[in-house]
Amino acid sequence: MSNTKRRTLYEKVWSDHLVVDESRDTPAILYIDLHLIHEVTTPQAFSVLRSLELPVRRPDLTLGTLDHSTPTLPVRTFKDLQIAGNDAANQVRKMQQNCQEFGVELHDFDSIHRGIVHVIGPELGATQPGKTIVCGDSHTSTHGAFGALAFGIGTTEVGHVLATQCLLQRKARTFAVEISGQLAHGVTAKDVVLAIIGKIGVDGGTGHVIEFCGDTIRSMGMESRMTVCNMSIEAGARAGMIAPDTTTFEYLKGRDNAPQGAAWKRAVNRWQALASDTDAAYDKTVSLSASDLAPMVTFGTNPGMVVPIDADVPHHDGSTSYKKALDYMQLESGKPLSQSPVDVVFVGSCTNSRLTDLQEAANILEGRKVADGVRMLVVPGSQQIKNDAEALGLHKIFTAAGAEWRESGCSMCLGMNGDTVGQGQLSVSTSNRNFEGRQGVGARTVLASPMTAAASAIEGRVADPRRYL
Amino acid sequence: MRTHVVTSDTSIPMKPIKILTSNTVILPSTDIDTDQIIPARFLTTTTREGLGKHLFSEWRYLKDGSDNPDFALNAPAAKGSEILVAGNNFGCGSSREHAPWALLDFGIKAVISTEIADIFRSNSLKNGLLPIVVGPSVHDWLLDNPGASISIDVETSKITLPNNEQCTYPIDSFARHCLLEGIDQLGFLQNHITDIEKFEEKRSWKP
Repeated sequence: MSNTKRRTLYEKVWSDHLVVDESRDTPAILYIDLHLIHEVTTPQAFSVLRSLELPVRRPDLTLGTLDHSTPTLPVRTFKDLQIAGNDAANQVRKMQQNCQEFGVELHDFDSIHRGIVHVIGPELGATQPGKTIVCGDSHTSTHGAFGALAFGIGTTEVGHVLATQCLLQRKARTFAVEISGQLAHGVTAKDVVLAIIGKIGVDGGTGHVIEFCGDTIRSMGMESRMTVCNMSIEAGARAGMIAPDTTTFEYLKGRDNAPQGAAWKRAVNRWQALASDTDAAYDKTVSLSASDLAPMVTFGTNPGMVVPIDADVPHHDGSTSYKKALDYMQLESGKPLSQSPVDVVFVGSCTNSRLTDLQEAANILEGRKVADGVRMLVVPGSQQIKNDAEALGLHKIFTAAGAEWRESGCSMCLGMNGDTVGQGQLSVSTSNRNFEGRQGVGARTVLASPMTAAASAIEGRVADPRRYL
Repeated sequence: MRTHVVTSDTSIPMKPIKILTSNTVILPSTDIDTDQIIPARFLTTTTREGLGKHLFSEWRYLKDGSDNPDFALNAPAAKGSEILVAGNNFGCGSSREHAPWALLDFGIKAVISTEIADIFRSNSLKNGLLPIVVGPSVHDWLLDNPGASISIDVETSKITLPNNEQCTYPIDSFARHCLLEGIDQLGFLQNHITDIEKFEEKRSWKP
């Protein structure tokens, strides 16, 4: 490799964190700048540290929250915690004990910043361009929206980072996804990323780090960019990244953990150099025109099984997996999805629980009612977002429409905290996975944007939000 | 290459794996995700043990909790099988290490597919579960011949089929070394603590 090689954003962040470079025989030792932890994927890692009598090497670079198995009804006592079951309650208590014992900052029930791990990192300004960020959660790719290299790891690796602040990694291949054109009214970042996954497939990004680029991305705000990067993993990608720009810097400026004063200027200078060099080469490139996109909805049991909302459930070659997916979803090829009656609508998750997501849903629901027989749950991504939304009166719009307004958490995205979709029920969800049983045993999930979710709640069937705009 | 991997007293040893011979069990579905391997509601545990009973829970059991006779892993012929052959893109979805823990606890020691998701592969290797990627022709043969007795040789990275035909599979040399020697990678990282300290000291900006 010559010194004059033009480098991508990923390659710049990668090489800036090499403690030891990779060789044929050994992976690289990659330094981690921010380790986010939550209650579900850490207890076994802390147990390893305890048995080896090791401390957390850099508690100052480690940040904890409670989100996955944590109830979204108010928790004041242990009894409240048991809403999600005894094991979940114990797991939350274990997290509190572990963080206390190892000196890790935890955003506990009394913190304004408690919330979904991928919401609070950016909200605190801890997520920054050029950082390496990991968490025992695959949607860590969210933080790539800031030009960070951020990816999910397993619990063994959580232990590695707790003990050494490093990971053993092989360099990934690079994949540019260029999105151009102006989005039509009613079409959002969620629809864009669903369309991308539909195009490249749920394994289209395997072994790669995706860089999202193009004018559609440039004109998106940070919350939209996070939605796009969040679902990189649904295309199988190791991470998703977006080069930082003034939108990124404006978002971060003044946040608690962002650099201040002279350090801020130095940081911005450094961040400005992170964008991929002109003519940098990628291993793979795909482009997508966004101007003719419609709101997108999934019809199957993985996020790649996706269609425009006004299209019929597509025909297929008849593979067993495809047939199995349609049977599970109780849907038929050639029929419109919009006829399917909906039981549950969920607005929330690390994909779509930020203030603009809630505003988009509220704008459609304002002055309208959730259809009879539909249960709608709106779950803000953090307590801060909950407060911000309440300051804008959004909670009143939701509750007046007949929706439930909750405390922050992962909630119905993954059915392990007391919030679940019932057996056989159809859910329109702003979350990221429509896997069989993801939202509860036998639950059928249609992934959609917050606008589509709100429109579907009003009509009681999968509905096009554009008629409400 | 073994010289620069030093085991550490503080590492958790894995059982070394050199050769795995077993009859196969087949799950031909593509994109089998981690929520199928182990549903989220079983992730409220704080230990690694005992997850095997929840493996493929939604597919494996009927609503009354009894075994689903149509599920491949419940077939009498599949009993004791240690090699799972699955459709393309096995293990996609979440980063939960509970997925390889559940497979291992059930008795599965290798997964063969045409593609295995990145995080699942990484998690598997750290627990001694072999994630093996083969080409479509070998994969098709395996799917068509459930219960075939095959051998996976970690040292030579070769699979031997019942007719003695062999094929090689790709594996990272470091991962292979760790499997063969039963090395936990934390020990390897800890041996580089001086490098880590130096890196922290000399870097041009601090996180």
